Amino acid sequence: MTKASTSQVEVVAGIVQKHKDVSGALLPILHAVQNELGYVPSSAVQVIADGLNLSRADVHGVISFYHYFRSSPPGRHILQICRAESCQAMGSRKLEAHARQSLQVDFNQTTKDGEITLLPVYCLGNCACSPSVRVGDKVYGHVDSEKLDKIVSQLVSGAVEVRQHK
Amino acid sequence: MNKTVPTRIFIPRDTTSCSLGADRVAELVQQTISENELPLQVVRNGSRGLYWLEPMIEVETEAGRIAYGPVTDDCIEDFIASQFWKPNENHPLYLGLTQEIGFLKNQQRLTFARVGVIDPLSIDDYRQQGGFVGLGSALTLSSAEIVSVVTRSGLRGRGGAAFPTGIKWQTVLDTDSEQKYIVCNADEGDSGTYSDRMLMESDPFSLIEGMVIAGIAVGANQGFIYLREEYPLAEEILCKAIEIANEHGYLGNNIAGSNSSFSIDVRIGAGAYICGEETAMLESLEGKRGEVRPKPPLPAIKGLFGQPSVINNVISLASVPIILADGAEAYECYGAGRSRGTLPFQLAGNIKYAGLVELAFGATLRTLLNDFGGGTRTGKSMKAVQVGGPLGAYLPESQWDVALDYEAFVDIGAMLGHGGIVAFDDSVDMSEQARFSMEFCAIESCGKCTPCRIGSVRGVEVIDNICNGESPSQNLQLLNDLCETMTDASLCAMGGMTPFPVRSALQHFAEDFPALDKS
Repeated sequence: MTKASTSQVEVVAGIVQKHKDVSGALLPILHAVQNELGYVPSSAVQVIADGLNLSRADVHGVISFYHYFRSSPPGRHILQICRAESCQAMGSRKLEAHARQSLQVDFNQTTKDGEITLLPVYCLGNCACSPSVRVGDKVYGHVDSEKLDKIVSQLVSGAVEVRQHK
Repeated sequence: MNKTVPTRIFIPRDTTSCSLGADRVAELVQQTISENELPLQVVRNGSRGLYWLEPMIEVETEAGRIAYGPVTDDCIEDFIASQFWKPNENHPLYLGLTQEIGFLKNQQRLTFARVGVIDPLSIDDYRQQGGFVGLGSALTLSSAEIVSVVTRSGLRGRGGAAFPTGIKWQTVLDTDSEQKYIVCNADEGDSGTYSDRMLMESDPFSLIEGMVIAGIAVGANQGFIYLREEYPLAEEILCKAIEIANEHGYLGNNIAGSNSSFSIDVRIGAGAYICGEETAMLESLEGKRGEVRPKPPLPAIKGLFGQPSVINNVISLASVPIILADGAEAYECYGAGRSRGTLPFQLAGNIKYAGLVELAFGATLRTLLNDFGGGTRTGKSMKAVQVGGPLGAYLPESQWDVALDYEAFVDIGAMLGHGGIVAFDDSVDMSEQARFSMEFCAIESCGKCTPCRIGSVRGVEVIDNICNGESPSQNLQLLNDLCETMTDASLCAMGGMTPFPVRSALQHFAEDFPALDKS
């Protein structure tokens, strides 16, 4: 086991210890792990399973069920584009295509420089100002291709402080 | 200057206003106040829901609050330089008294009465504006009496299923379990809906008060709020509000000096639309895959962790305090037919005046679209409207005179759902929308039942075949059979109602399926 993953296992073990007596602990634990490490590494599965007296299959099944949980590290920023109907009505199909083309990635991929992971999202609940995108915990409304380019370039140049969750 | 009472300036802090730059507006206004030692105080309120005017700034005056908007990034500096705090009728962004703005004035705000008015985290504001009156009233009643008030109010589940809330509560009250739960479904995943988020971000104490009353009514001492991950600001505000409510004795032991106890835990979802279905949500709260449970048993009898559970939407629960405060009759007198009270409709998509409209049931859809919404945002003609989220039918103009009432919508093969209304202009291709409905179902199906899991994947393929002109009429027959199977044999509304938007697109917008015409 590499040094990095040893320390990840320790982090996960600490989180499991803290939450394991909460009723329905698995989702709170997975959230805490992903908030801490950016993803849920495969090395976490056994630790969580042991702590909650579940099988590895149980834990893996939950991680893979939910779109939000990731098993591999994301890029430095996560850009979510809303693909749902309200945004469609205001041109999100065009916006998606623009994002994929300008970032040279498909959904659920990270740009070559490791800066941005592009994710679809089915509704940010910002439907009065469609189309909407989200970066970290910041939501942007009325986003067209030009505005998206500006958001992306500020991210890459580090000009925007993005408040990270928790 | 008068040092005693600074003039209050209201700048919203909800997600949508911030998505349009409200945080920066607040920052610059605050900076100006500090630098010039102005007798002004910034209050971060929630939004009034007039989103085409956000960021909307309000200034308190003797005549009432006056508004300016939209104060966008490119005009903020000039706006501040104009000394907007001295009401300036000639300013191009001046909107007059907020309460006189037609969009707001013509509503019937009951559940949303405080939204946008108060500082969401000021428990004093909340109390001054009628907060905790309903709880006070509930504490003088027996459990059965509280349930009876809710039943007589005619309140039905605002999440979309429209099941009578009082009957659900009665079922839980009638069980003799020692442990019962109140579960608030805040997994607002339908596109075009944002009323739950607005309420949680703008008036969180009303949800807390509603949950406490529900707990007292059915004998539950523990509540859970299942909140979607996509709402981080709602989480922050809600958790802070719970902390404040605990400090002030409205949660915890001996609530408001009574013998009742109640606590609330917020649990965060993980991006699964299906977890808005109540039994999938229970599975998720228990730490499992969000797979739908067969019913029976009803969650009211065997729900969270196998215990009797009241599961209600945010708006249902947040409507309870006003029902207890003003009485069942005061609420019941709003509405039409068997749809009593009000529903916060949410105008979304391609609409000029997008925002929240709380109205009594009974007005027409056209009133919302035209009188409130003002037509499309792009200025083109409006072609279709999807009501009730991704499982709701697409309605053509010939159906816009339908009354906003649960039964009237069912009668035309549609549903009101959670009150989300998404408008499309004439550039929409309805075959793409029909395809997306199936695609969305394929992405979000929990996989438990075959009609939904596989039917949705086949649905995308069959629609593609039709659009590509491959044996269109045979494929149409196949699609109709598939829709029938999904409707009749799916375990829940996800697979069961996905055919609604698909079939409505085929039925009302046949011109968007040209291959069918040729065959």
